[in-house]
Amino acid sequence: MKKRIVLIGNGMTGYKFCEKFASSPLKEQYKLVVFGEEPHPAYDRVHLTSYYTGTVPDELLLAPAGWYDEHNIELLTNEKVIAIDREAKTVSSEKEKTYSYDILVLATGSSAFVPPIEGIEKEGVFVYRTFDDIDKIKKYIPKASKAAVIGGGLLGLEAAKAVLDDGLPTSIIEFASRLMPRQLDPQGANILKSKLENFDLEVLLNKSTEKITGNGKLEGLQFADGSTLDADLLVISAGIRPRDELARSAGLEVHQRGGIVVNSKMETADPSIFAIGECVVVHNMVWGLVAPCYEMAEILVNNIGGQSQEFLGFDLSSKLKLIGTDVASFGEALVESDKIKTIVYENKSRGIYKRLNISEDGKYLLGGILVGEAEEYNMLKQVVNNKIALPENPEDFILGARGGEGAAGIGVGDLPDTAAICSCENITKGDILSAIETDGAESVPKIKKCTKAGTGCGGCAPMLDDLLIHYMKSQGREVRKTICEHFDYTRQELYDLIKINEFKSYDELILAYGKGSGCETCKPVVASLLASIWNDLITKQDTIQDTNDRFLANIQQRGVYSVVPRIPGGEITPEKLIVIGQVAKKYDLYTKITGGQRIDLFGARVDQLPAIWEELIDAGFESGHAYGKSLRTVKSCVGSTWCRYGMHDSVSFAIEVEDRYKGLRSPHKLKGGVSGCVRECAEARGKDFGIIATEKGWNLFVCGNGGANPRHADLLASDIDKETVVKYLDRFLMYYIKTAEPLTRTSKWLASLEGGLGYLKDVVVKDSLGIGNKLEEEMAELISHYKCEWTEVVRTPELRNKFRHFVNSDEIDNNIKFVPLRDQKIPAKA
Amino acid sequence: MEIKEQTEIKEWVKAAAVEDFPRNGGAAVLVNGEQIAVFNFTNEGRWFATQNQCPHKGEMAISRGLTGDSEGHPKVACPFHKKTFSLEDGKCLTDEEFQLKTFPVKIEEGYVLIGIE
Ligand code: SRM
Ligand SMILES: Cc1cc2nc3c(=O)[nH]c(=O)nc-3n(C[C@H](O)[C@H](O)[C@H](O)COP(=O)(O)OP(=O)(O)OC[C@H]3O[C@@H](n4cnc5c(N)ncnc54)[C@H](O)[C@@H]3O)c2cc1C
Ligand code: SF4
Ligand code: FES
Repeated sequence: MKKRIVLIGNGMTGYKFCEKFASSPLKEQYKLVVFGEEPHPAYDRVHLTSYYTGTVPDELLLAPAGWYDEHNIELLTNEKVIAIDREAKTVSSEKEKTYSYDILVLATGSSAFVPPIEGIEKEGVFVYRTFDDIDKIKKYIPKASKAAVIGGGLLGLEAAKAVLDDGLPTSIIEFASRLMPRQLDPQGANILKSKLENFDLEVLLNKSTEKITGNGKLEGLQFADGSTLDADLLVISAGIRPRDELARSAGLEVHQRGGIVVNSKMETADPSIFAIGECVVVHNMVWGLVAPCYEMAEILVNNIGGQSQEFLGFDLSSKLKLIGTDVASFGEALVESDKIKTIVYENKSRGIYKRLNISEDGKYLLGGILVGEAEEYNMLKQVVNNKIALPENPEDFILGARGGEGAAGIGVGDLPDTAAICSCENITKGDILSAIETDGAESVPKIKKCTKAGTGCGGCAPMLDDLLIHYMKSQGREVRKTICEHFDYTRQELYDLIKINEFKSYDELILAYGKGSGCETCKPVVASLLASIWNDLITKQDTIQDTNDRFLANIQQRGVYSVVPRIPGGEITPEKLIVIGQVAKKYDLYTKITGGQRIDLFGARVDQLPAIWEELIDAGFESGHAYGKSLRTVKSCVGSTWCRYGMHDSVSFAIEVEDRYKGLRSPHKLKGGVSGCVRECAEARGKDFGIIATEKGWNLFVCGNGGANPRHADLLASDIDKETVVKYLDRFLMYYIKTAEPLTRTSKWLASLEGGLGYLKDVVVKDSLGIGNKLEEEMAELISHYKCEWTEVVRTPELRNKFRHFVNSDEIDNNIKFVPLRDQKIPAKA
Repeated sequence: MEIKEQTEIKEWVKAAAVEDFPRNGGAAVLVNGEQIAVFNFTNEGRWFATQNQCPHKGEMAISRGLTGDSEGHPKVACPFHKKTFSLEDGKCLTDEEFQLKTFPVKIEEGYVLIGIE
């Protein structure tokens, strides 16, 4: 019989223990049983906020439920352990099950620390640590109108951003005299504060909360200095408390400030019991980041297997993106001593602060702080951790452009092979180079798959990219996303080539810059580029278009097509509704209201399309571009004209915006929405661009979508007037069109944009590249070329003639067959 | 190759005039009651023909697919699920299970002729 290891806690550390166990020889000797109190198997708590913004739980699981089974690990979720009997060597659960153990591992993590403030039990007060916490906040949001977050540390700021993005005015309350007191010095914290205030987050410092007021429900906060704050939703993020209650009641030693005491081998005083992760105190402290917790898990698996490894402390450097602002601190960030030299760079107008701490002899970097711009973070951390001798002018590190290569002359090439690139997974530069070299992992996703680097917090991803580029360069090669075998150019390069050479056709382009006959990949890409640059009639080059664009309709089963007339903003007159009804009846088309607030007519034969459109156009309709990678719909809610909550006229604005961008071709389809108030009946934040009325104007959100990976749009600018909305939209859309990879929705584009939302804001709102005017002019030019494609086809016999099934016969396609369904027809299954 | 095909052909059927077909693309013709997809590689001066029905889901759509080449070999991608087929021998390049029937094509006096077995 195998001996048994019982593991309490299926959080991030507990999972890491399972993973290391499953790939070690221990699995032959031991059976592993895991208890988890939460209903889900272990998930990525670090990215909890993405659950808040809509990522489904499955995507955040560290391993699917089936993984445990496959590895012969017994996982009991929703099963809290309530007692340990050290004499009998058993644990018992809330559901009154008792299990014996040979080895017991505690990985119970921590819980949010809730300070004993009067009134803290009131409805509307939450913490931010588990899926369940998020569900509760989400449920409460619609009832709330003003949020507050207690705690201006790392987690507090993250929580504050989440509720702010849900449309609630939000205040951050910090007890200390500055934000992120553990990571930032006063100067850095000040810069961060003004950045956050720019985003409409109120920051209150030196505030000690004395009382939470309200009758059953939270209504406000009262501070020690006598001041008060109105709020009806409160998130407490005042630090963490290690969960040592089980250990404590089993008589194991716990630290006076909480935490199970273990030695550097993760041993408690009981030789059968070990503890790892955020529940322990080792070297006199709780290690509240995943990387050290993972390291503890790995060490313990090795030690149970007979080794004698020790946890020697860990680099607590961290970098995060807060509301589009990079904040990083690394090494000894806060040392104040005459014995060190500091170099400081501050740019208040751009919101940048950088500090380097250098050893007395000027040779080594000890640590530092970066706010507002942190591209150098990865490199600087490496310089500290690997004790790389500093160059003559270390200030180049923070003044020079990018960290990867060049800045101060130190690049990834200078790192020793032992440098830990991914500290979450403990992957070194050597591991990554060997994956590239021997396993052919010649792209970042492949490196991630091969080595697991970058799969934890993801912070090292830029460094993986740098390493790959460095390696390829050293081999005399380049890493470029070229379109296909016919064009050795990226989409961006083709965009420029078409523009500079004023090419109007695919044939000209392939002759000059490509080879062969093209293919189904490059033809639609070039077609889309040509359309995005010239907005010419796409039917002129019908055979390079993707099917739907070739026939200006979506192809369906049995080769029939759909017809979707534009109904801007979803507003339609009874007369037009009648016409749609008459046309559908005449041609026997299946009709359905779409998810995009318009009407789709299905089941038209290719040869019927021009006649159907002719009748619709005569009645005043236009093409809805439901077939194109182009603007689809701008959904609206009824807004202030009728709705008792409406702030402004969302329907008129939606129509205006839809009319402005109709026919605009883009790397992927574009959808918009305009809601008349925060209730968001137009679901604007699920769109590539969303506009929501506020008391003072409009909030503009960008880069949301539904689809397979739903994502809520991010706030780009708030309380702006209509003209500014349109100006920013022009810039945003044009910038997307110019720079996105083919078939990349705005959401994915943003995710891959270096600098992320902060950078996008800089470009669109602050015009940091100085291209704002140009983008607006280019948009104006495109808009001026708009023509309804279907009107052109219907009125041009030569184009109309392309809509036939056979070129040598007027027979109809005998493969088309329908069957009835609920008084209409649908295609018969082939 | 040429000769073998020649011998098996029973009949050359006039399908349509050259200018009825799009440049660098395909169109369907009805020949002896059969739907045939004809492809005009204007840039190479070559023509190809295959059955119009896609063997994947039976859609009559091969003629509406995007044409092109893979390392110099002509191919077409079905518009439905983008399975690609060699136009030289009709083999599916993305899924060995499928195969298109091909037909010889020749141009005479401005007309496209298709060889039927
Ligand atoms: C008709 C409609 C469903 C309906 O009956 O309501 C529909 C139908 C199709 N959708 Fe959709 N989508 C429709 C609303 C949506 C929505 C909802 C919305 O817009 O509010 C979404 C989610 C929001 C979003 O865009 O992210 C949606 C997400 C998709 C996606 C996933 C996109 C993604 O980024 O993941 C695809 C696939 C694609 O575009 O590559 C898709 C693709 C398609 C295609 C075009 C598939 C195809 O290529 O044949 C469907 C055929 C349309 C046709 O035959 O006319 N459809 N589709 C809706 C038409 C709206 C309109 O008036 O134009
Ligand atoms: C919003 C947020 C953002 C964060 N961001 C970062 C970041 O950017 N970088 C970083 O390094 N770290 C970050 N962290 C911290 C990181 O998540 C923790 O360090 C890590 O989760 C610790 O793992 P753990 O397994 O020790 O504890 P946990 O993840 O808390 O897991 C412990 C598990 O044990 C269960 N448990 C406890 N007691 C029992 C019992 N008696 N019986 C059964 N099960 C029990 C708990 O329910 C829990 O599921 C973040 C944390 C939060 C909340
Ligand atoms: S959800 Fe899928 S099946 Fe439904 S319309 Fe959209 S693409 Fe088609
Ligand atoms: S029907 Fe042709 S690929 Fe599916």
